[in-house]
Amino acid sequence: MSTQIPSASDLAETDFGPPPAKNYLNEETTIRSWLLTTDHKRIGLLYLFTILIFFAIASFAAAMMRLELLTPAGDLVLSQTYNKLFTIHGVLMVWFFLIPSIPTVLGNFLIPLMIGARDLAFPKLNLASWYIFITAGAFTLYAVFAGGVETGWTFYTPLSTKYTNTHVFAMAMGVFISGFSSILTGLNFIVTIHKMRAPGMKWMRLPLFCWSLYATSIIMVLATPVLAVVTMLLAIERLWGVGIFDPALGGDPVLFQHLFWFYSHPAVYIMILPGFGVISELITCFSRKRIFGYEFIAFASMAIAILGFVVWGHHMFLSSQSVYSGMVFSFLSFVIAVPSAIKVFNWTATLYKGSITFETPMLYALGFIGLFTIGGMTGLFVAALATDVHLHDTYFVVAHFHYIMVGGMVLAFMGGLHYWWPKITGRRYPEPLGQLAALVTFIGFNLTFFPQFILGYLGMPRRYHAYPPEWQVWNVLSTAGASILAVGYMMPLGYLIWSLKKGKRAGENPWEATGLEWQTTSPPPKHNFDVTPIVTEEPYAYPLAASDEHLKAEKGRRALEHA
Amino acid sequence: MPEAATSRNAPPPAREEQFNDLEQQTEAAHLGMWLFLSTEILFFGGLFGAYTIYRVSYPAAFAAASKDLLMWAGAADTAILLVSSFAMAMAVHAAQTDARRALTVFLLLAAGIGGLFLCLHGYEYYKDFAEHHIPGPSFRYEGGKAPANQVQLFFLLYFLMTGLHSLHVTIGIVILTVLAVQSWRGKFSREYYNPVEIAGLYWHFVDIVWVFLFPLLYLIARR
Ligand SMILES: [Cu+2]
Repeated sequence: MSTQIPSASDLAETDFGPPPAKNYLNEETTIRSWLLTTDHKRIGLLYLFTILIFFAIASFAAAMMRLELLTPAGDLVLSQTYNKLFTIHGVLMVWFFLIPSIPTVLGNFLIPLMIGARDLAFPKLNLASWYIFITAGAFTLYAVFAGGVETGWTFYTPLSTKYTNTHVFAMAMGVFISGFSSILTGLNFIVTIHKMRAPGMKWMRLPLFCWSLYATSIIMVLATPVLAVVTMLLAIERLWGVGIFDPALGGDPVLFQHLFWFYSHPAVYIMILPGFGVISELITCFSRKRIFGYEFIAFASMAIAILGFVVWGHHMFLSSQSVYSGMVFSFLSFVIAVPSAIKVFNWTATLYKGSITFETPMLYALGFIGLFTIGGMTGLFVAALATDVHLHDTYFVVAHFHYIMVGGMVLAFMGGLHYWWPKITGRRYPEPLGQLAALVTFIGFNLTFFPQFILGYLGMPRRYHAYPPEWQVWNVLSTAGASILAVGYMMPLGYLIWSLKKGKRAGENPWEATGLEWQTTSPPPKHNFDVTPIVTEEPYAYPLAASDEHLKAEKGRRALEHA
Repeated sequence: MPEAATSRNAPPPAREEQFNDLEQQTEAAHLGMWLFLSTEILFFGGLFGAYTIYRVSYPAAFAAASKDLLMWAGAADTAILLVSSFAMAMAVHAAQTDARRALTVFLLLAAGIGGLFLCLHGYEYYKDFAEHHIPGPSFRYEGGKAPANQVQLFFLLYFLMTGLHSLHVTIGIVILTVLAVQSWRGKFSREYYNPVEIAGLYWHFVDIVWVFLFPLLYLIARR
């Protein structure tokens, strides 16, 4: 009996034969067939294309900001232009890249494949979500190109309602509309995961990617309507000056902050939980080992989704919130760090004694674990009442959430995109280039954002286009890092497009991974499976067992067989 | 679907291709509607939250402003919607018992009574308009019992909450009318009446929201 553990790299160089004659990509090829498709895989690609455009615009805004900050004087752009740049960057990155990124691209593509279904439960609704998203994007881009908005992505009142004369209304409408897209996507995922699972796909056999998107979808369905309410109130107040957030008219500006963060803190978990899901898949595949503590990872996702609803007040420690509610929110914010830490421990334990190889997705995944840990730990600094007084609204906060959003979610997105690229396109990307890009991204990211922790600790506030000269060295380092990071982003754009035509054929399962999505052809046929699969085992039946004892038992068994 | 063929001349029920069978489709649609309603609860919930905060801050102004609403109209609104909900429940029952004509009639009845609600509410809005109670530049409050700003906040919340509710009623009427036409054309049977049931869930939800709005807006000062 063979005891060879197949390593993913053994298969990387193999060129498999041509793809199946009919698959979801070549079934129909007209533009119309793409714009009217109800195929979850095609809709995933529509989203991919759309969010990359938003990502490019938002990155351009970030590049301009980093250029401005190269010198202490405000010499490249006016302070008002700088305000517009960080607003564009924030709004587009949050609502038009990070929130849709993994759910709408990889989630759309993978959930039906992973649970053995032909499509999502409501395919037409899925397409409608994309059109709603496009409409929202149109409003937002109008606001950007008609002159921008200077409130920052948080739209705090009364600046946004009374004192700025920029295009707040159009941008708030863009955010309002994008919310409905998010709600419908979440609803579709929850129903699909509940009702469309293949025979034998019990809840405890559900891939962890699906668990994490299930938790994400709960947040999308329950938190996003509050965003809709608050942006609607903002728009009404701005149009008619009715004073719901205006103290001069009896309103309360802090109410805006409460409603806004009631959505926007859980939204942070919309932006990271899907990343957890991807990392769980990658770590176990490239360790050739069963995931450690499957149930804990699954339930940690649910715990995060639920606890995420009760910590929003940690954004308002300095906004006239009472000390006692501050203490409660601070405590709860510490509590929510526990399930996140559970996940990190489980991934690390999965790596332990695994047969690890370092393909591109794994490099992104390992980068994720390190950067997310730093991002999460620094979150505790700002969740503690006393330290937050010093760190609030400084670059420390900026660095903290970029470690989560970029170091976490973007790396997970890139890792996932590389991992499932062969399934999506039927082609391999060039592995060495991929590994190089992952490395460049990691270095560029750390060089960009680590200096910002120091700047924040030294007291440099966010959202200013000029600063005292003694902080220049850290800012120069950060800008240098940003240019390296840009290279790290450009490289995949180049070689992934190249691979569409020239990449090696992938075959069904290039990583020798478990999971139903690898049991169908690459690219999959229109309805995913020729025969509905029947699930008979756990999701991560890799050769190496999860715990040390299992491993020993396995070794003993093999020794006996050899004897 | 051999069972469906036994139903009087009914066309085979519409199973969409992503589902294995009608049962799965029905369950998915139900869960989808419940999730949608939970979204709606949070949507109205944001407004209820704002209402709570301002009512606690300005109890006198809210009581004074509430007196300017037409109590009899609010009570009639409530009665109208409850009757409409009853008609909807009868429609579902008719669908379950394959009574196709009754189904059409009850759907139209529920939609029609919903229309009555909109008419009555439109009349209330007209009165508010005439009395300059629409928040914004033209807002006036001459009662003098409370600061006009605070009264304006009450009316803002009143218009937002009832306005959103009326929007939901309008959408519901459209849906029920479409279903009535489909029912008249014989689309539904005992085997397949899923859309009727889903629309029923929505319609009852809209009525329940009103049951909360009525006391919170109209009955503040009356005990
Ligand atoms: Cu937060």
